[in-house]
Amino acid sequence: MPDRVIVRSEQVRKSYGSVEVLRGIDLEVRDGEVLCIVGPSGSGKSTFLRCINHLEKVDSGELSVNGGLVGYRERGDKLYELRSRDIARARRDIGMVFQRFNLFGHMTVLQNIMLAPISVRGESRSAALEHARSLLDRVGLGNRGDAYPGQLSGGQQQRVAIARALAMRPSLMLFDEPTSALDPELVGEVLTVMRDLAGEGMTMVVVTHEMGFAREVADTVVFMDNGTVVESGSPGQVLLSPRNERTKAFLASVL
Amino acid sequence: MVLVLAAMGIHTLLTNPRFQFDVVGQYVFSGTIVKGALLTLELTVMAMAIGVVLGNVLAISRMSKNPVIAAASGLYIWFFRGTPVLVQLIFWYNLSAIFPQIGIGIPFGPQLFSGSANSIVTPLAAALLGLGLNEAAYMAEIVRAGIQSVDNGQTEAAHSLGLTHFQTLRKVVLPQAMKVIVPPTGNELISMLKSTSLVSVLAISELLYSAQVIYARTYQTIPLLIVASLWYLALTTVLSVAQYFLERRFGRAFRAASGRPRGFAPRGIHPRMKKGPVAPDAR
Repeated sequence: MPDRVIVRSEQVRKSYGSVEVLRGIDLEVRDGEVLCIVGPSGSGKSTFLRCINHLEKVDSGELSVNGGLVGYRERGDKLYELRSRDIARARRDIGMVFQRFNLFGHMTVLQNIMLAPISVRGESRSAALEHARSLLDRVGLGNRGDAYPGQLSGGQQQRVAIARALAMRPSLMLFDEPTSALDPELVGEVLTVMRDLAGEGMTMVVVTHEMGFAREVADTVVFMDNGTVVESGSPGQVLLSPRNERTKAFLASVL
Repeated sequence: MVLVLAAMGIHTLLTNPRFQFDVVGQYVFSGTIVKGALLTLELTVMAMAIGVVLGNVLAISRMSKNPVIAAASGLYIWFFRGTPVLVQLIFWYNLSAIFPQIGIGIPFGPQLFSGSANSIVTPLAAALLGLGLNEAAYMAEIVRAGIQSVDNGQTEAAHSLGLTHFQTLRKVVLPQAMKVIVPPTGNELISMLKSTSLVSVLAISELLYSAQVIYARTYQTIPLLIVASLWYLALTTVLSVAQYFLERRFGRAFRAASGRPRGFAPRGIHPRMKKGPVAPDAR
């Protein structure tokens, strides 16, 4: 099934108090697809990404990953929030990379990567270690396994964070502005790793301000503004010949 | 000025015969006093253990999403911090006045075990309950402050990897909270050591009560209070030194972890830090 749907969002809404940050998001991500979400800050793109793995609760609408609702179960036509243990189970297959890396500061790089495979998947130490080493090689940090996060540059930390997420062998990777906290000269090394990952067929949803990356790597680009999807389509369509005035104005301001 | 006052103090210590240092010397290593000091230590350790364990439970409950659990924990802390520990001690000691019989059983069902309150809540049990339950309220606040000092991004990252709430606390949050929890816990331990003197009112033969028993007989009140004070001083000194080393250990672990040495430690002290570029600010 080459175009199995991995993420399906139907009329997803979310408010913080009286502020509606998501006003009915409809979109689909298919297996192996790279979807980039772009848009001005405050447009709700990070919030939507965090709803996908239930770091934020959805107020209404339906959001499913691999055919299952994340964080909820359906009974009758009502949704009930799952217990935290079941939410944790649903998150195993969804990797996430954060803007500020969020590596565990008290653990070495290898310990960071091995924690979840051992304590969540129940992998043996030796299997987890072997996998962790191969992932570190893959992100070009094979020799930094015993370093602590604080001893690494931002770019290196973010590459470790990607390896940590991949250690759970996820079927979907979420990236929340992965290069926004980096010094300009460190952005490239992280994007290279993400480009390789996309090339290997990983399904990815990327919230980013890197228009070059979106144009080059994305299969689909979604432009969000003010809690809605304004325009979506191929990178060429959305980024090079946008139809909506808001998209045009945004692109004019960032390019 | 300070030197003059100090000189005056030393002068009166040496020349005023009513301090009776010969009596101090006679009792300082006497069997009763040493046994009392040992019991003081035991009480400190056990009450502190109750306080730390229960304090962790209370702190975690206090931050629970379940409002009933959070409120129950808050109520506990409010009550035990709001009443003097001396009153609590006497209250536990007199528990039999309210509940002559206590037992364990199914509510409104059969009793599995029961006995008279006086035989179960012995003076020692009352002392441990009073000190330990009171300490738990303070430890809860310390642990909560520690947990809250850990960046929320750590929790989110652990959750995104599929760790449960409890695993996240135990493996990610609490280890990093230790740096904030350890120093005030050391202070609590030292303060607990001194608080155990309060249980002398329950006629438990800890250090102060042992001294009191002797001076009630011999009327050598001042020298025996000096004996007790010397022991308290010696014990708190040992604990302070232990605390210093413990803090240094946790401080060092953190410095290695963050890569940014704090305090007066020179940068060159961690050879590993020389490798690789220095981390830019994450923001």
